[in-house]
Amino acid sequence: MSSTSDLVVEVTDLHKSFGPVEVLRGIDLRVRRGEVVCVIGPSGSGKSTLLRCVNVLEEPTSGTVVVDGTELTDPDVDIDAARGRIGMVFQSFNLFAHLNVLNNLTIAQRKVLKRSQAEAEQIGLANLERVGITGRESAMPNQLSGGQQQRVAIARALSMDPDLMLFDEPTSALDPELVGDVLAVMRRLADEGMTMLVVTHEMQFAREVADRVLFMDDGLVVEEGPPEQVIGAPREERTRTFLSRVLNPTHVPEG
Amino acid sequence: MALSRRKRAKISRGAQYAILLIVVVVFALTANWERIGAAFFDLEIAASLFPDIVSVALVNTLIYTGLGFALGLALGLVLALMRLSTVRVYRWIAGAYIEFFRGLPALLVFLAVGTGVPLAFPGTFFDKYTAVMIALGIVGSAYMAETLRAGIQAVPKGQVEAARSLGMSPGRTMITIVIPQAFKIILPPLTNELILLTKDSSLALFLGSTAGEYELTQFARVALNTNPSLTPFVVAGICYLAITIPLSYLSRYLEKRTGGKKIGTPESTEVSA
Repeated sequence: MSSTSDLVVEVTDLHKSFGPVEVLRGIDLRVRRGEVVCVIGPSGSGKSTLLRCVNVLEEPTSGTVVVDGTELTDPDVDIDAARGRIGMVFQSFNLFAHLNVLNNLTIAQRKVLKRSQAEAEQIGLANLERVGITGRESAMPNQLSGGQQQRVAIARALSMDPDLMLFDEPTSALDPELVGDVLAVMRRLADEGMTMLVVTHEMQFAREVADRVLFMDDGLVVEEGPPEQVIGAPREERTRTFLSRVLNPTHVPEG
Repeated sequence: MALSRRKRAKISRGAQYAILLIVVVVFALTANWERIGAAFFDLEIAASLFPDIVSVALVNTLIYTGLGFALGLALGLVLALMRLSTVRVYRWIAGAYIEFFRGLPALLVFLAVGTGVPLAFPGTFFDKYTAVMIALGIVGSAYMAETLRAGIQAVPKGQVEAARSLGMSPGRTMITIVIPQAFKIILPPLTNELILLTKDSSLALFLGSTAGEYELTQFARVALNTNPSLTPFVVAGICYLAITIPLSYLSRYLEKRTGGKKIGTPESTEVSA
């Protein structure tokens, strides 16, 4: 059924309020198969909320979210089955603290996809190798560096054979020298053709890897287009202000 | 004339030692040691208590406590989940249960189970072990439910989100991800709960029993009938302490081991890969 359309994500007129605060004020978003879309914007612009609405970790107030032809905002949909095909990587890794690395990778495969222990382990090990972590299968999460934990988290999501990967500021909690390893894994994933929606502050990554960049501010998509346009030559004043702050953080604007 | 700080501290400490010395000396001179020795610890009587005080009474105390703790934990887990339920009626029921049984003396619960239940439901008869298990379980569950609820809520929200994002249902997430981590967090307070239940198992004394069903307190009380000495109580007390003091150390050790580490949060000060 996924072959009927090459649209993986279809978000239409999405609104989300937390109490009286409207965080998303009407978002439309399409992601085609194999496309890498980066969402940038100041903190509080709603970009993480948008990402969390795509797998309905956050319930939208109104609007529709369709992933792989399944409307996730339909209250009668089997949301667990749908989420099994959407990988998500969190800012704070969220590895299961009571399970070792390998069990972190196998538990959802066994409980959700009903794979056998042996098959789950085989797939888990293959994905650990894919993210460059070998020989640490029996380590506990808190024995790993942040960069290793995040790569294990990516491997955990990949072990479910997702059609789509969501990244929620995956490098924001990392020490600067560990960021590169995680970005390299994500870049390789993009090269392999994975459909990716990435909320990030890494402008260099967005510029080099993204097929399309969305600039969000105040709950709306302000500007959208290829990275060389949105980051290289932004048309909107708000995009320019944001980028100059991010790219020249020590520069003090006049007036 | 004003005293220097050092001088004042010296005088104060000296006075405290002097008071202690006087009390000890006066007590040692006035007390009838032979009498006290016979009343509290008569070696002959102590020896006559063995081996039954260990092979019967101590074992029964452990069995009653173990049964009560197991039932209390199971019931407490159900209550904790009810307390966190989205269904308001469940929250009310669990809340009322917890307030009710935490507010009552444990003895009242024991008497209600031991004598009230057979009166209210004629034909129902609990043997001693079942009755004590139910009474201890009811008392323990009310406390453990609150501990468990706190433990479940202490598991970082990100753990739940990660599990849900992988397609696990809410129930599956609770069982495979949240509850195991909650138990790790509440192991120290649960150990303390076990200590409290060990002591409360002495209330089994108020439910009728045969000699084989005696636990430590009842065993000591019966022994008192034949020996006009407190020795049986002292020996029983030592048996209780043999259980509770190691548990208390275990609890402190567990607290130290889990206290420093936050579960589920990334550690920022780590060497690179």
